[in-house]
Amino acid sequence: MILSVADLASGYGRIPILNGISFGVAEGECVGIWGHNGMGKTTLLTTLLGYQPATRGSITFGGDDVTRLATHSRARRGMGLVPQGRQIFPALTVAENLRMGSVVSGGQREGVIEEILELFPRLKPLLSRTGGLLSGGEQQLLALARCLCGKPKIMMLDEPTEGIQPSINEEIVETLIELRKRTRLTLIVVEQRREFIAALADRVLLMQKGEISAEVRPDELLKMDELH
Amino acid sequence: MMNAVKLVETKDLGIHFGGLKAVQGVNFSLNQGELRCLIGPNGAGKTTFFRLLTGVHKPSVGSVTINGTTIKGLQTHQIANLGVGIKTQIPSLFDNLTVRENLWLSARKRNARAEADRIADGVLETIRLAHAAKTEVAKLAHPKLILLDEPAAGMTGHERERTAELIRDINRTCAMIVVEHDMEFIKMIAKTVTVFNRGEVLMEDAVDKVLSDQRVKDVYLGKQIGGVTL
Repeated sequence: MILSVADLASGYGRIPILNGISFGVAEGECVGIWGHNGMGKTTLLTTLLGYQPATRGSITFGGDDVTRLATHSRARRGMGLVPQGRQIFPALTVAENLRMGSVVSGGQREGVIEEILELFPRLKPLLSRTGGLLSGGEQQLLALARCLCGKPKIMMLDEPTEGIQPSINEEIVETLIELRKRTRLTLIVVEQRREFIAALADRVLLMQKGEISAEVRPDELLKMDELH
Repeated sequence: MMNAVKLVETKDLGIHFGGLKAVQGVNFSLNQGELRCLIGPNGAGKTTFFRLLTGVHKPSVGSVTINGTTIKGLQTHQIANLGVGIKTQIPSLFDNLTVRENLWLSARKRNARAEADRIADGVLETIRLAHAAKTEVAKLAHPKLILLDEPAAGMTGHERERTAELIRDINRTCAMIVVEHDMEFIKMIAKTVTVFNRGEVLMEDAVDKVLSDQRVKDVYLGKQIGGVTL
């Protein structure tokens, strides 16, 4: 397992959000996480990355306990996030956004950026454009590419389809499938759209009230009734 | 539609930011009580079009008429007083106020205190969803037109169905324009769909015709992997 999570708990002030989460992700695997709003999916990702401190339990990544490490240390070890709402740097150009991403992997290595851009042909003619002037779909592609420029071993995506047009969602799926063919990149995808998860994930964890309530196959997810 | 009365009409509407023509040559009309869906690629001008209707942006060319009044020169609050309510893409709630306080403030805009109390409490009884609450905030001032920017974003199936029900319910008393990328949601609520592309209206037709149109697939829907729109 590249990532092992044991009895993980976290919350905001006195409000508990995660109540003892345990799961593992194998290298090269794509795990989907599905659940309603407010069930703790984003908090799970922010706790794995260290934005949110764990109040109990442990996170082991690449064989090392990273539970108490700072976020930047986890990023340097290969944990990457494509955050909800993209959160690109709007005042920087596309090229500068990508360079910021590459800092995590040692920085300023043009070769890394060129290699990643091969997967994102839509971004190539936009390199000198300011990030804030890109469309929402282009920003999402930039957020993905920026994360990949950090050469992560695991990439976590938080609601990548939110507010994005269908054809770009397809482009994201095709890019990630191609990426998985070329590399051993491990993925965790938090997403509300079942069809998107099913197109990518090897298995899906269902989250309810801060806990993982079940694990299903992607085809089972598509046939499932609602979670209550 | 018989006896249709136009609530919104734009003529040759356009706005440019520097050299970028964000909206151009848009002739759009919406009848009273109609529910219209707007779709189109990210950056096609849908949100800018909303901002032109609400007066946040002033047109570079063309005109907007709402309920018989040309909105040229009007401030956003004056346009709101014509009966235009909006729920933006990123919900603009008062984060430091409670849900009830948010509802009450919107209700108070056009009602006495006691009536605002009654309306806010009534809505609190009926809402169950966070996003639905945000939609209801737009409804409380009793507008003639509600603009919703991606009301189903980030929602799962049941929440989506509930929001679709809510929109159909609200549409009984006022016209609505809904921007959305979720095609399953569009199918639930839409009759006529207007497609924006590169700041212009690409086509406008019944929902089934629009979703099967090759031009719309090319610029927006994509190949639809496994017959499914992502």
